[in-house]
Amino acid sequence: MTAALIQYTLHLADDSLILGHRNSEWTGHGPILEQDIALSNIALDLIGQARNFYQYAAELSGTPVTEDQLAYLRDGWDFRNCLLVEQSNGDWAKTILRQFFFSAYQTSLYERLAQSRDKTLSAISAKSYKEGIYHLRWSSEWVIRLGDGTEESHTRMKNAVEELWKFTGELHTAAPYEEETAAKGTSPDLPTLRPLWEDKIKEVFDEAGIPYPPPTWMQTGGKEGRHTEQLGYVLAEMQFLQRAYPGCEW
Amino acid sequence: MVTTNKNIDIAAVRILLGEVHDPEVPVLSILDLGIVRDIRIAPSGEAWTVPHVTSAADQSAPREASGPAQLEIVITPTYSGCPAMDTIRKEIVTTLDQHGYGHVKVTTVLSPAWTTEWMSQEGKDKLKAYGIAPPNPLQQVCQIRPFHRDEAVQCPHCGSYHTSLISEFGSTACKALYKCDECKEPFDYFKCH
Repeated sequence: MTAALIQYTLHLADDSLILGHRNSEWTGHGPILEQDIALSNIALDLIGQARNFYQYAAELSGTPVTEDQLAYLRDGWDFRNCLLVEQSNGDWAKTILRQFFFSAYQTSLYERLAQSRDKTLSAISAKSYKEGIYHLRWSSEWVIRLGDGTEESHTRMKNAVEELWKFTGELHTAAPYEEETAAKGTSPDLPTLRPLWEDKIKEVFDEAGIPYPPPTWMQTGGKEGRHTEQLGYVLAEMQFLQRAYPGCEW
Repeated sequence: MVTTNKNIDIAAVRILLGEVHDPEVPVLSILDLGIVRDIRIAPSGEAWTVPHVTSAADQSAPREASGPAQLEIVITPTYSGCPAMDTIRKEIVTTLDQHGYGHVKVTTVLSPAWTTEWMSQEGKDKLKAYGIAPPNPLQQVCQIRPFHRDEAVQCPHCGSYHTSLISEFGSTACKALYKCDECKEPFDYFKCH
């Protein structure tokens, strides 16, 4: 059970860290100052959540490993994040949509995880849920603003849906360790969260004038360490310093 | 002065903690913020081993004593990623150390999650005088629906409720950006959480 719990905790940490890092790539490059700050704040929340999960994973491992080593010194195949969060930022529409898809999933997950039999996961999730609500509302509003905006913004949002939709199936497809933690009441049964996610997406897409995509083939594998090439670029940038100067602090 | 757990006065420690301020909103003490959850004294004749490692952040706090601790301060973060927490931990240890409490353990807890409901009335008054609108009571907000605003935020400058939101995210994790439609001044709102 501990092995599955460690994998699951790392999965939660990796999801937050990788999306937090992707969002942080916008810092200093946002379309306007307020939105640059908004996305940087979301990045900060996500990386803070990731730290809490990594600290717990380190504690569970029973070894002297630290949160920093888990973030900076594991290689791509060790990362358990879903494929959606590692996808490149693209334009503003793609970044917003990625956040919206993920926040809709993450808030419903955290809400249920707050009831976990695992006290630490429950505490981290209850806290993070409150932050996630801001992320979800902010990204929902931008999906509506762009989808229901100009011809240009509408086209960009539709293109983003086309690019990212195939990575959304993985969110509610349980990896073996998730099946194990769900069986123990540590994590929710993922497929039961799917209808909530679909309802949220439909509601916002409807307001945005974006058609809900028909069922299609979905790409999976990230949660078991089989990633798209995009993760490599994130790790190359994020881990460079600790790889080049091990243990460096400032 | 050397203190032992026999002569630690919790009320005196509490007053000292009132001198530790939030580095990002310096007008607020950590007591005003409601992030100090407990002050504990080790049972007579006993001591905790320090550093008590609950996280890697704990290990990096340089001034935490490495001997036996008689005093434990329990804090909780405002937001998961709040970068002020490490500074606050160090400040707690430094401030107490300067007053003779050399062996202090600072523990971080996440549950129950921090809420602006824990902010003192004194803290809210200080925020307003500082030019930051204090948080509204919790039941007014935190709707998940987009474009759903029923929160009336009062301008800390002119007192008008005729204000509008610029951005839900501000200069720190705990603040949102507003502007006053009456006096035209922009201001920070310490958002309810």
